[in-house]
Amino acid sequence: MTEKQSITLTINGRAHKIAVEPRRTLADAIREDCGQTGTHIGCEHGVCGACTIIVDGAPVRSCLMFAVQAGGKPIRTVEGLADGDKLHPMQQAFMDHHGLQCGFCTPGFLMLAVGVLEREPDISDADLIDVLSSNLCRCTGYQNIVKAVRAAAEEMRK
Amino acid sequence: MAVPETKQKIIGRSLPRREDPPLLRGQGRFAADINFPGQWIMRVVRAPIAHGEIRSIDASAALALRGVHAVWTYKDVAHIPRIPFRLTGLKTLEPYQQPVLADGVVRYVGEPVALVFAEDAYIAEDAAELVEIDIAPRDVVMNASDAPGAFDDGHTTEADVIRKGYGDVETAFRNAHAVVSLELVVGRHTGVPMETRGAIATYDAARDLLEMHGAAKVPHWNRDTMARMLGRTPQTMHLHEGHVGGGFGIRGEIYPEDVAVCAAALAFERPIKWIEDRREHLIAANHSRQQQHRIRAAVDKNGTILAIDDEFFHDNGAYMRTHAATVPDLAAAMLPGPYRVPAYRAVGHIRLTNKTPCGTYRAPGRYESTFVRERLMDAIAAQCGLDKVEVRRRNLLPQSAMPHDVHLDTLGTHIVYDSGDYALLLDKALRLAKWDALQAEMKARRATGETVGAGVAMFVEKSGLGPFDTVRIEIKTDGVEVVTGNASVGQGIETVVAQICAEVLGARYETINVVHGQTDRIARGMGAFASRVTVMCGEATRMAAVKLRDIVLKAAAELMQTSAERLDIADGQIVSGDGGASMPLTSLAGLTAEDTFESSHMVYPYGVHIASVRVDAETGGVTVETYAIAYDVGRAVNPRLVEGQLAGGLAQGIGGALYEEFLYDEAGEPLSVTFADYLMPTAHEVPAPLLLVTEDAPSPLNAFGLKGAGEGGVNPVGAAIASAIDDALQQPGAVTQLPVTPQRLKALMKR
Repeated sequence: MTEKQSITLTINGRAHKIAVEPRRTLADAIREDCGQTGTHIGCEHGVCGACTIIVDGAPVRSCLMFAVQAGGKPIRTVEGLADGDKLHPMQQAFMDHHGLQCGFCTPGFLMLAVGVLEREPDISDADLIDVLSSNLCRCTGYQNIVKAVRAAAEEMRK
Repeated sequence: MAVPETKQKIIGRSLPRREDPPLLRGQGRFAADINFPGQWIMRVVRAPIAHGEIRSIDASAALALRGVHAVWTYKDVAHIPRIPFRLTGLKTLEPYQQPVLADGVVRYVGEPVALVFAEDAYIAEDAAELVEIDIAPRDVVMNASDAPGAFDDGHTTEADVIRKGYGDVETAFRNAHAVVSLELVVGRHTGVPMETRGAIATYDAARDLLEMHGAAKVPHWNRDTMARMLGRTPQTMHLHEGHVGGGFGIRGEIYPEDVAVCAAALAFERPIKWIEDRREHLIAANHSRQQQHRIRAAVDKNGTILAIDDEFFHDNGAYMRTHAATVPDLAAAMLPGPYRVPAYRAVGHIRLTNKTPCGTYRAPGRYESTFVRERLMDAIAAQCGLDKVEVRRRNLLPQSAMPHDVHLDTLGTHIVYDSGDYALLLDKALRLAKWDALQAEMKARRATGETVGAGVAMFVEKSGLGPFDTVRIEIKTDGVEVVTGNASVGQGIETVVAQICAEVLGARYETINVVHGQTDRIARGMGAFASRVTVMCGEATRMAAVKLRDIVLKAAAELMQTSAERLDIADGQIVSGDGGASMPLTSLAGLTAEDTFESSHMVYPYGVHIASVRVDAETGGVTVETYAIAYDVGRAVNPRLVEGQLAGGLAQGIGGALYEEFLYDEAGEPLSVTFADYLMPTAHEVPAPLLLVTEDAPSPLNAFGLKGAGEGGVNPVGAAIASAIDDALQQPGAVTQLPVTPQRLKALMKR
């Protein structure tokens, strides 16, 4: 155990001043130190993508980052997607297309899809499936997730 | 003929799920999200070798770490009995039950040996690594089909033998025109939900109330059993289910860790939280599926089955856990499938090995026995020079045979197929997959040098296991509350139950809240497993809703000065037939009704899967190009949810067919401990399936004709893909082992 460092994590526009060991993962800091438990931990070794968030505009696996690396960078998690009562088009699309069952992998997929589509709104379908194959889901068999993301992509392009 | 969805009232419509909004917003309350002030974190110290005698455990370095509160070993939990059986608990298996912590002997890598209690998870993990365990190694048993070894003094590693059968098998084989024999293996794999296991126990000394959060699947049975194990009455213990990140049979059984957090909360009078990591999950949560079968069929000259004789070895890992003999029992009982089998014998050896203990995993015993049976059907076709669809057609039980007594028992019930028109579904499946055109396409592509082929598999599933479910419905000021004794693993039970309640009671779907997984809200419950909830809870909900509707109308009639016969409830309003005043249902808040559905028979949905694959001749890789599923569910409450279950099951089935396998080295060291070793399908590996859900054979055993859907997507996937690979290789019977990894496939291609 080493000395804790003071950092500020800015999550969905809100600053969280926390003190963490250098080895504390960003996922753990977001969940435990900042109380935002919408981001889930599925494997802690960067394969499943349940912990995917958006850092500085790019989808990243928060289990593979240390909290101290994210100080000062804008972080977006699933809790920041909806606009009050109004769901983000991606969230609405997942609901419309039955893109979730247990919901554990869902925040990771939402942030992955939103992050990619914001950077590449005209991404090809083949590339989109490539991106979606980054994250694991054990419940849905993926097809409804793909349908939902395609529908949201159209909506987001408007 | 299914009624088109647009004409359905509420049942039969693909309404959006009641569960979704909080999950989409990141407001889920999964076990890891739950915290209590002053909680300690529990971290399990696990056996580093597969078999041996514990000589000493030195926790001094761990205890010296700042923030570590305690370290427990067996002596701290010796007062707690071993974990009992929940299903199919044969007495002969009791010597093989698992203790909460290793009792002098470790039997698999990953077995809990000690428990660290610390201030936070990082300290707990640091401390766990400092606990030194000295173990004198013993020889390991790694193969379930070798001669049995020693388990302890007085017990061998053959825990028992399941025997099922009927008819004169010997005579049938003597008189057979031909005998087909196969030796088949299904690899060890399991459900691997995306959420790992976890539990949080709290003890309120003032009220003498022990509570555990993170429960799932069978909270009432778990509460009753753990209370007993800890020397408490059921009333002084409650289990709470929050959001659950997938179950698949794996999560929710009583594991050593669940008992440990509860015992620790009692002992320390502190909240105790335990969340496992993925490596722990892969070596300590139930494994499944590993069986080796030697199966033979006696057939006449037309390829008609005269008898099936199957001997198999079931690898149950190091202990018998809560499922006891369930998986091999189901394998033996469901093997005959949709076919007429005049004589049958199954002998299942339950074997212990020094691997992770096993339990049920979605379509338990059936993924295995469907693989074996459908391989047999393909082999019969090859032997008799028949088309593989034709051989199945010839052997199918006709619709006129229903209800069909299979002359076999399982799960405490006698197996009687309640309804089914297998031949009709086969026709529909062939049309769905455009079978003739598919065959022609495969042939044409093979002629150009591609290694492509198509396969088929049929199955009967079981669902709706009783013996009961109770539902209580209460009118609230803001809607309706339906309290069930069931559980959610993410499948959508709140939606299905709300739809049934909405249609039968007349309440508004959006205002119906369904309670599940809380032992303090309803006295007894049977939970969620064996695809039982839609059937058992669904019918109980209908019954309670009918009762409540009568009560509501009587009360409303008095208030509205009319007779109950003139009133109806629709869309949350009590309306008068003669167009008079109406009143909202919620104005009668407080009215309640309860009812129980009892059933001693299961209900039997069935399906046909058709797969086409392409084999990369150079790498041995397999691409599943197309996949069609036809499934008769009796009656679909929410068609899109049924399809979701089929699609999800398909993905897991592909995993077991091609990718997923728990491997061990010869010393019992697990080799599949991360997602880099244990490969699960991604969006790339699962094609968009063609799905056809039919309602041609509703069950006569409940009012709506409901059957379950949870396991119809996974059941025959290994079989269907094996059949397709054989066709691609143009080698009947090539695939005898799952998963068909590239290495195994290349070996087959070399032949």
